[in-house]
Amino acid sequence: MCYVLRVQIAVIDSGSGNLRSVQRALLAAGGQPSFTSDPEVVRKADRIVVPGQGAFGDCMSNLRSQGLDQAIAEFVAAGRPYFGICLGMQILLESSEESPEEAGLAILKGAVKRFAPSVGKVPHMGWNQILHAKPELLMAGIPERSYFYFTHSYYALPANEDAIALRCDYGGSFAAALRQDNIFACQFHPEKSQGAGLQLLRNFVTC
Amino acid sequence: MLAKRIIPCLDVKDGRVVKGINFVELRDAGDPVEQATIYDAQGADEICFLDISASPEGKATIVDIVKRTADCLFVPLTVGGGVRTVDDCRKLLEAGADKVAINTAAIRNPQLISDAAKRFGAQAIVVAIDAKKRPDGGYEIYSHGGRTPEGLDGLDWCKQMADRGAGELLLTSMDRDGTRAGYELTLTRLIADAVSIPVIASGGVGVLDHLVEGLTIGGADAVLAASIFHYGEHTIAEAKAHLRSRGVAIREPWTA
Repeated sequence: MCYVLRVQIAVIDSGSGNLRSVQRALLAAGGQPSFTSDPEVVRKADRIVVPGQGAFGDCMSNLRSQGLDQAIAEFVAAGRPYFGICLGMQILLESSEESPEEAGLAILKGAVKRFAPSVGKVPHMGWNQILHAKPELLMAGIPERSYFYFTHSYYALPANEDAIALRCDYGGSFAAALRQDNIFACQFHPEKSQGAGLQLLRNFVTC
Repeated sequence: MLAKRIIPCLDVKDGRVVKGINFVELRDAGDPVEQATIYDAQGADEICFLDISASPEGKATIVDIVKRTADCLFVPLTVGGGVRTVDDCRKLLEAGADKVAINTAAIRNPQLISDAAKRFGAQAIVVAIDAKKRPDGGYEIYSHGGRTPEGLDGLDWCKQMADRGAGELLLTSMDRDGTRAGYELTLTRLIADAVSIPVIASGGVGVLDHLVEGLTIGGADAVLAASIFHYGEHTIAEAKAHLRSRGVAIREPWTA
């Protein structure tokens, strides 16, 4: 009998959005995802994925009402790997123009801004190319200018530019991914980015 | 650079793929899950399912098909056809669709678009629009798969849907759909210039140059086509190679 040991990944279910595609992509990348909205499970997890759809404010108030904001902060402080997707990236910052009344997790300094109409169509929707802003372990095997799938009207503007791991151009450069210590978070959707996205998730599963 | 998208569309009836010629004459051509997987492998940027089932049984089938498709598809999936309520949207999105396309129900109740966009985010809500040239100029909006004129002006309607929070417009020319004469470029350009959200051109593709025209002359952000891909005349990869040769920004296939 042959057993394949899969890396356990806690996928945070904040109650906003479909998690099925994230689950399927993590499975395809060799991980063993399980959904949780239990702060205790988050505190004990080896690595977490925080997906997110919908509005910043709804997501944050859902996290707070379940005590997940504290649990995520403690998980990150413990130095274990955090992978944020889309809203799971934006909530790391202090605030968002989408929901000024609701504060973010403030794990990273900076804010989330809405694209100006002058950049082009908003939402920024479709496949766009990433540029490496600094060396990133999770991008192993993914060449510069690879395409990832984006669909968003807001983008992260970290106070510290060094936090930017990947850049993307849409009427100007914006942060396609952030990296600070054990945190990696991307604005695009790896679970919808075909081979490039699966490679990124595979790198996270095996990191 | 943001790439222009190529979106193969599969018309699904009672769990099987069909494609209408002017929405009337239907031909059966296979299993939707398998077709979607093939398109994904060929490099499709997105997949669209349009459910044309009339019966409640057919409507239940599409949710199951979306689930099975989403299990093996790692590009975005849009599902439309008979989406009437916020709860219909929820079922499809939970099954694994990334976007839902709403047509007739938006005309009956425009507030649905506001409600659905608020609940699921604008990125998940596509408004599908069937427009036909009026004899005296302008465009008429049709509902019910292109059968019923609604007395709505095409340009006004598109603007209203964008204002209500639609994330994208799927714009079909009733004059061109099924004709293979090319997209209605005047209509496409009119709407693409008038709204601040992405526009998908649809209806009338017969040759690969029509895709080029839709994205350049028409100014569309994405092009949707069915029969040109579906009966094996062209692969997605051929379409992309052609667009690239004409200078259109296209996603290079993942090769690692």
